[in-house]
Amino acid sequence: MSDILKYFKPKELKKSLIISLWFMILTFPIMVIKVNTIENTVLWRWGSLIGMGIGSFIAATLWRYLLERKNMQNPLSSKKSLQIRIIEWANANPKIKPAALIAVSLFVLAFPFLAGMYQTSIMTTALMYIVLGLGLNIVVGLGGLLNLGYAAFYAVGAYTYALLNYHFGLSFWVCLPIGAGLATIMGILLAIPVLRLRGDYLAIVTLGFGEVIRIVLENWNGLSFGPSGIANIPRPGFFGMDMKLQTATIYIYFIMIAMVVFTIFVVRRLENSRMGRAWIAMREDEIASESMGIDITKSKITTFALGAFFAGMVGVIFAAKTTFINPASFTLWESLMILCVVVIGGTGSIVGVIVGAFILILLPEYLRAFSQYRMLLFGALLVIMMVFRPGGIVSNIRKKYKFEPIQASTNVSQKGAE
Amino acid sequence: MDLHYFFELFIGGLTRGSIYALIALGYTMVYGIIKLINFAHGEIYMIGAFTALIIASALGFTGMNPVIIFLIATILAIFFSAAYGATIEKIAYKPLRGSQRLSALISAIGMSMFLQNYVLLAQTSDFLPFPNLIPDFKFLKPVENLISSTSFLILVTTAVVMILLTYLIKFTKTGKAMRATSQDAKMAQLLGINISRIISITFIIGSSTAALGGVLISTHIGQLNFYIGYIAGIKAFVAAVLGGIGSIPGAVLGSFVLGWTESFGTGYISSDYEDVFAFLFLIIILIFRPSGILGRPENKKV
Repeated sequence: MSDILKYFKPKELKKSLIISLWFMILTFPIMVIKVNTIENTVLWRWGSLIGMGIGSFIAATLWRYLLERKNMQNPLSSKKSLQIRIIEWANANPKIKPAALIAVSLFVLAFPFLAGMYQTSIMTTALMYIVLGLGLNIVVGLGGLLNLGYAAFYAVGAYTYALLNYHFGLSFWVCLPIGAGLATIMGILLAIPVLRLRGDYLAIVTLGFGEVIRIVLENWNGLSFGPSGIANIPRPGFFGMDMKLQTATIYIYFIMIAMVVFTIFVVRRLENSRMGRAWIAMREDEIASESMGIDITKSKITTFALGAFFAGMVGVIFAAKTTFINPASFTLWESLMILCVVVIGGTGSIVGVIVGAFILILLPEYLRAFSQYRMLLFGALLVIMMVFRPGGIVSNIRKKYKFEPIQASTNVSQKGAE
Repeated sequence: MDLHYFFELFIGGLTRGSIYALIALGYTMVYGIIKLINFAHGEIYMIGAFTALIIASALGFTGMNPVIIFLIATILAIFFSAAYGATIEKIAYKPLRGSQRLSALISAIGMSMFLQNYVLLAQTSDFLPFPNLIPDFKFLKPVENLISSTSFLILVTTAVVMILLTYLIKFTKTGKAMRATSQDAKMAQLLGINISRIISITFIIGSSTAALGGVLISTHIGQLNFYIGYIAGIKAFVAAVLGGIGSIPGAVLGSFVLGWTESFGTGYISSDYEDVFAFLFLIIILIFRPSGILGRPENKKV
């Protein structure tokens, strides 16, 4: 911390002062002048100019200090990151893993009974974003295909349940596989035409696809009841039992927990499967992997389909949880939010996605204390997090095979056979 | 077929396309140089329009000549937008140069949210009326019901901006440096081009044209709020991709094609699905030409 003092030398102070002056000029028209077009008066808010000056002076000093500290870090330095130290510590103490697992499960099981209904509801939302994030992670993190229309699959799931229930009275448990299945089909339908596209062209087509689905839902009144949405969607039932709101909230929470466990299990198994390794190879280099015998067409379609599957599943739960859906829940912002979960947490890493979902969903909730400023702070935090930790909070550490020279012969042959 | 109606839609599409082109230029230039989808670009456009509105309204109370007010407001809007563009690049994108591209994209999304809410909090969430500053041009009298004076102004300004920009990129030293940087940034740096300066200039030019678009469309429509940047930004981005992202003539062509698609689609088919036409058209074009209308196919190599 001693080197922060450097920034109080006159030369550095002058630099910060210039930056703050620049910000005062920059924000002048929008922060200071406020025009009242009805009464034709101009309000000059000089106070905010002074506030801006002082604020940006402090921020500039801090920003430059932190940025320099980040750049000073030598990437080749032997200092291990916190994450690696935790992993090594856990590996060194084999008892820690089951203990941690038990602690987490106890906490998860007790949570809805300890916390209130409101907290449980928020936690359920966070759990939904974990599944959505893990699903998108298959497409973006493992497959390396940027999908900006992910909310469309989510919408397909939600509308499947809402409409099937409205017209045919089908129950939640019947609709759950149907919603997930329909979303999967949509994923395949989207994947087929975009097979040839690369990088950002793919991103924009998926974005367009997402928007098309939303606009169709908004305007096709005969199908989706338009912008007014569908209300009174029943919550999931439990063998025909009628539940009070509180019990139902807790019940959905546990459904979500089961879903998260299921998703983590599936994604973990997939990641290290033949298919998962093909995705990773495709992400690293399409042509090289193709020449190694990986079927790119199949890989692309399976990433899209599996990603969509989880979104459709969460969509059904979303409809059941909120009991009301309309197209406004499935905008581009929703897709971007899910993408943020993946990238902030750490692309490609399961733990990362979980951390990302908690940060992105719980943070705005607890920022409610700042009510109107929360989206402003949230935007700023996204920028700050990316600037200071561009790889996400938890980086994905690739599996490495370690050879131990002493028992080399047995080990190698075993590893080879796996 | 009603020819008059057709021409009305044609001019409408042209006007729309011009605005998209002014915004899309910023997207495509930034993309060409640092390969970043600058999500905050729509917000720059909005800030330009807002600055012009604030200044024009404030000056309007002094009773100045509307044309002079319009000029002052436009120039200041361009100045402030350019300043915002350059500052955003320094804060949110420069530290991320060299890290994975998704991070820069998220940073851009965060910046976009920040700027939207900044204007929302500092100003208002209501729609504000933009003062009517453009006089009716006398020589447009005979075609009055086909083309309004604001759309005429938009078309002329866009044409002038395009010519200036073409000159800048093709015939000046800075333009040459920009082209070199977009082709191969590392090599350009080895040859003595100051990359940071070129990137700043790109952001400044892109933001200026976006601000110009913002001011012009606000005078045309007559009102704005903090949210206008979002949809305009996406549409302009679609236009840029349609034409082949990274290519400047492509962005302009893509914008006009998009403007006409929307104009004719809403005019002849249905006005509810305005945005669907844009996106469907984009998807169809990209299926047949995966790198846009004028985009060069990517070199595929391992």
